[in-house]
Amino acid sequence: MTARIERPLSPHLQTYRVTLTMALSIIHRATGIALYFGTLLLSWWLIAAASGPGAYANVQAFTGSIIGKLIVFGYTWALLHHLVSGIRYFFWDLGYGFKANEREALTWGALIAGISLTVLVWIIAYTVGGGR
Amino acid sequence: MSRPSSMRTPLGRVRNLGSSHSGTTDFWRQRLTAVAMTLLIVPVIVIVLMLIGRNQAGAAQILGSLPIAIILALFIIASAWHMKIGMQIIIEDYIHNEKLKLASVMANNFFCIAVALASIYAILKLSSGV
Repeated sequence: MTARIERPLSPHLQTYRVTLTMALSIIHRATGIALYFGTLLLSWWLIAAASGPGAYANVQAFTGSIIGKLIVFGYTWALLHHLVSGIRYFFWDLGYGFKANEREALTWGALIAGISLTVLVWIIAYTVGGGR
Repeated sequence: MSRPSSMRTPLGRVRNLGSSHSGTTDFWRQRLTAVAMTLLIVPVIVIVLMLIGRNQAGAAQILGSLPIAIILALFIIASAWHMKIGMQIIIEDYIHNEKLKLASVMANNFFCIAVALASIYAILKLSSGV
């Protein structure tokens, strides 16, 4: 094997000025990680429903608690934010929205839509079921 | 440089070791599953909202219905696949120790497959009404 060539490394976070699109890119990844582990909650809930009343009551006790509610609320936001933020990537994948004002608008849109949809879903949830 | 370097030229070394032309597979599947979930998210949220406030018997009855079981199963397959690819990208970005990277990629696969299989098994069990 020949000597390792010292290749230039691509600069990492500390090199760049913080911008909105960069922050949202990090949030996209962070919400992705949160959803990854949040899937355990979805899985637990389905398994409990298939297991019986006792197991299901445990899930409901958890999602009804303050911590449980916070986690499910956070999960809802992470899911909906990752969704609308991901739709932004579809635009970019297709070659649209690369002008400075366009990418700012898309990014603000994703941030606002993610929060609005989360609030909307929880309003519906409380209207329909009076909370969990 | 402890060992003598190969007599092969740099070009010769990289020939046939280059692109396998499958580099965009994960990129494509990430988008495929993303579009699938974008289409499925509204019915999935409606299903979850339908279940709020119900006890196990009520929830099991709704989850056992055919269209709902299929929608949830599709959503779980898409999300498990999507998160497997996403987490692998994160692992490959930040873990530089080769053995730890391999172990993490493997654990990621196990986690995603286990979550998907457990969820789908639960849905099938609810559908069979046991």
